[in-house]
Amino acid sequence: MAPPNFRKRALSSLIILILTAVIYLAMHLLIAAGIIGPFIRGIINIACINIIAAVSLNLVTGLLGQLVLGHAGFMLIGAYTAALITKNSAMPLSVSLPLSLLAGGVLSAVIGLVIALPALRLRGDYLAIVTLGFGEIIRVVANNLEFTGGPAGLSGIKSLTTRQNATGMFDLIFPITAFVIFFSFTFGTSRHGRAVRSIRENEIAAESSGINTTYYKLLTFTLAALFAGIAGGLYAHQIGVIAPSRFDFNKSVEILMMVVLGGMGSITGAAISATFLTALPELLRSIGKLLANVLPDVMTGFFNNFDQYRMLIYSVLLICVMLFRPKGLFGRSEISITPLVDVFRHQGGRAPKKRKDGTK
Amino acid sequence: MKKLMSLLLVAVMLFAVAACGPTDKPSAPSTPGGNGGELPDEIIIGGLAPLTGDVSQYGIASNNGSKLAVEEINKAGGILGKKIKYIAYDEQGDATAATIAYDRLVNEDNIVALIGDITTVPTIAVAQKAVEDGIPMITPTGTGAAITQAGKNIFRACFTDPYQGVLMANYAKEKLGASSVAVLYDTGDDYSKGVADAFWDAASELGLTQTDKEGYQPGSTDFNAQLTKIKAGNPDVVMVPGYYGDGAMILTQARELGITAKFLGSDGWDGLLNQVDESNYSALNGAFYCTQYSLREPGAELQRVMDAYKEFYADSDPEAEYLNMFAILGYEAMHIMAAAIESAGSVDSDKIVEALSNLEYNGVSGSIAYQGGQDPAREAYIVEFVDGVEVMRGVYSF
Amino acid sequence: MYLITQMLNGLGAGSIYALIALGYSMVYGVVKLINFAHGDIIMVGSYMIFLTLGSGQPLWVAVLVSISFSAIMGVLIEQIAYRRLLNSGAPRIALLITAIGASIFLQNLAQLVFGANQKSMPKMFQLPAIRIGDMNVSNTLLNIIVAFIMMAFLQVLIHATKTGKAMRATSEDSGAAQLMGININRIIIFTFAVGSALAAVGAVLYTNTYMQIKPLMGGMLGLKAFVAAVFGGIGSIPGAMLGGFLLGLAESLSVVAGQSKWMDAAVFALLIIILLVRPSGLLGKHMKEKV
Repeated sequence: MAPPNFRKRALSSLIILILTAVIYLAMHLLIAAGIIGPFIRGIINIACINIIAAVSLNLVTGLLGQLVLGHAGFMLIGAYTAALITKNSAMPLSVSLPLSLLAGGVLSAVIGLVIALPALRLRGDYLAIVTLGFGEIIRVVANNLEFTGGPAGLSGIKSLTTRQNATGMFDLIFPITAFVIFFSFTFGTSRHGRAVRSIRENEIAAESSGINTTYYKLLTFTLAALFAGIAGGLYAHQIGVIAPSRFDFNKSVEILMMVVLGGMGSITGAAISATFLTALPELLRSIGKLLANVLPDVMTGFFNNFDQYRMLIYSVLLICVMLFRPKGLFGRSEISITPLVDVFRHQGGRAPKKRKDGTK
Repeated sequence: MKKLMSLLLVAVMLFAVAACGPTDKPSAPSTPGGNGGELPDEIIIGGLAPLTGDVSQYGIASNNGSKLAVEEINKAGGILGKKIKYIAYDEQGDATAATIAYDRLVNEDNIVALIGDITTVPTIAVAQKAVEDGIPMITPTGTGAAITQAGKNIFRACFTDPYQGVLMANYAKEKLGASSVAVLYDTGDDYSKGVADAFWDAASELGLTQTDKEGYQPGSTDFNAQLTKIKAGNPDVVMVPGYYGDGAMILTQARELGITAKFLGSDGWDGLLNQVDESNYSALNGAFYCTQYSLREPGAELQRVMDAYKEFYADSDPEAEYLNMFAILGYEAMHIMAAAIESAGSVDSDKIVEALSNLEYNGVSGSIAYQGGQDPAREAYIVEFVDGVEVMRGVYSF
Repeated sequence: MYLITQMLNGLGAGSIYALIALGYSMVYGVVKLINFAHGDIIMVGSYMIFLTLGSGQPLWVAVLVSISFSAIMGVLIEQIAYRRLLNSGAPRIALLITAIGASIFLQNLAQLVFGANQKSMPKMFQLPAIRIGDMNVSNTLLNIIVAFIMMAFLQVLIHATKTGKAMRATSEDSGAAQLMGININRIIIFTFAVGSALAAVGAVLYTNTYMQIKPLMGGMLGLKAFVAAVFGGIGSIPGAMLGGFLLGLAESLSVVAGQSKWMDAAVFALLIIILLVRPSGLLGKHMKEKV
């Protein structure tokens, strides 16, 4: 890359990093001061966890283009590992929790690798079913083993958030979410990401061009499992109780929906869609309450009972997105700050070229 | 990189979520659990139940029961002269949604007490949060032992899984004269497994021979393989804890296989009779289960409640015609909470909790007392199926 | 005696899987699509029976209504959810996702309309009790016999009729088939119709055997039927039968071996092993991916 380009990109990155830090601090202060209460805080924390899960799935389903139907299984592994560690550890939670997340993520990644080794030899349809099968197997194992607590799962998992420390979990969740997004971007735009995308477009052509498809497929799968495991560990500590039934096929589909609706291959899309879908039920409840005085009962019934229609609407959306805009809301493109930077930086004599990033 | 702009976008979105969240500004002080001395204008009680999703039939029944109780109490003048405002949220059978809805109830709606949740896992998640806030909470139907272990302000209106398991094991030995037992349980359901484990262990302690402990996958419809295996062990009694949907199929399939052992069930079997076609009634003979209410031979009070329920809730509850214990438990839980608040004379959390633990409440079907604990001492009724009729075999205790 | 009973149990459950797998396999064979909604068509068929019987119609009307309605439903789904993507050559992943979407839609629609709870069904066919030992095997025998009849019917359809030939051609190479003058769209519609009708037959037998239906019944059933189809070689009709019975037997075997609580895990593990060792299944043919 020519130096001016590099400097431009570096400047963009710096701006983003600073902005992220500012937002983090701002939210931290708002939560600590109680202006953002437990209700919204809970939604924010869970939205971030879902973002991590969606972005991780996006790596393998969007970037690599392989449908995976057992993703919740990796979250399960991460959740149980992390929970078992913190429950049995003598260290203070602020130390044991991050470590347990790492352990959960790593175990999940290892198992992901073990599953991927044979599974990725199969073609799309079969791979999807095999991953579904593995997801079910993991769930049955968790149901039947004693130390995982059986179908009742594990409870009494401590959270970092307490009455005194309202920002406990947020302080951990937000930076991890930021990191996962940052990492995924970096990976996606690097030559590794390009290699992975080329496999998505045409595996045989990619292989013929000298790309080690096996390596990249395994790598992507393992990374996805790693992040999903971390998401699972965070989930366990945010909610306080985990059970195998929380990580079943329906959960996998939930995350898949976030990725599909946002656009497979777009990290922005996955993140936004995850946030939106997490907040939606409560958002609708709020709207329902607001309109309760204005609209006739029949319509408010819709908002308050939205959950009855939720999955119905989501499934229709899923089909519609696939039919009419298979690339989802954001398709494969991401939002770029470069044009803005161009405006502020004078590129001495050279007209700045506007580039839409992540284009196919 | 430039695309990190999306991170910015995400954070902005989170701000947006934060901003547009609550539409009612809290008017009470930010510490949850009431404001100590004076009574507010209305007593706000929260409710959490699965009104949609797989287990919605139980949530709808319980929630309706609670609503009926609220109607009755308000008609009679309310609690301490103030009307109850009951705000119930659907948690879709999901622990995550339950915790978010809980936060909404406590921090936005300012409830002083909570009725809920219904199934064990979401109830534990909510209980663990309620312990932090000190809010008095009664779960009408959560039978998992771990629920009340979360903290001293968590109560339940029903009996526990371990209690039922031990009860039925004793019943098998004492009343049915069994010397060998087998168990068939749902491997994916904490309720079924909880009762099954307790039964199995109790049987061993009572000196009963344990022949087979078989599991079935959640959602199964074909139990022939497991039943055949159980049959081969020739037990006197087979315990099948779980919900009535499975129970109905298991019983009919067992008789088709020629199993003559007696079958026992837990309180989830309430409603089983309606799952079986008339032509199969004979399959149910020789089956017993324990329940918390004598719904088949109700006293005058219980009958009145049952009639009122069917009158008001037939539309919203597809199962209203077959009133089952979930509805009654929801009804009772609300009355218990109201009685406790009445006794405490205030909406202060600690006072209500104390009132609850000392409460002796006469319900529509016998008395409930917490006796300083959080699980009620309550009677269990045994019901037997005889040619398509549920016959009460009276109260049983050991 | 015990083992014989268990084998009969396995064959009984397996025959239902086999029936459903037949439809699955056939559709996949022609369109190369895993129709996730197939299991839910069975649910639709069952509820149709429930409704028709409930309104007092005789049994044969209920069966007819169920089969026709399911066939129509199957075609509707194909037209709405799959048609466009099939024609535009969209990536497989898109088809899989729409299929999942269709499945979820049906399940939730049923929940909304009928409620999430289970409904009990009356005994449909009054069969004389045939006993082997203590066990009443009349349902099992009925299921096995019907499954074989359906398989025979399908085999005749596919190998001895012109339409069947067209189906085989479409399955082999849809582009070439079109050049040969075959109306692919009509063949596909026909395939879905027949497949869904078969699912409805499965629904009839299922309802008769288990006498209980609920909106979510199609999920696991469809999945297991798919596993069965893969066992036997997806696209192969006899393979679907074989796979169905094998799956049923595998389940019984896991109970015999004292591992009832691991049953589902064992079934999926078996699936994965088969896919890795012999991806084309027991009776399937291996298709090489072309560039």
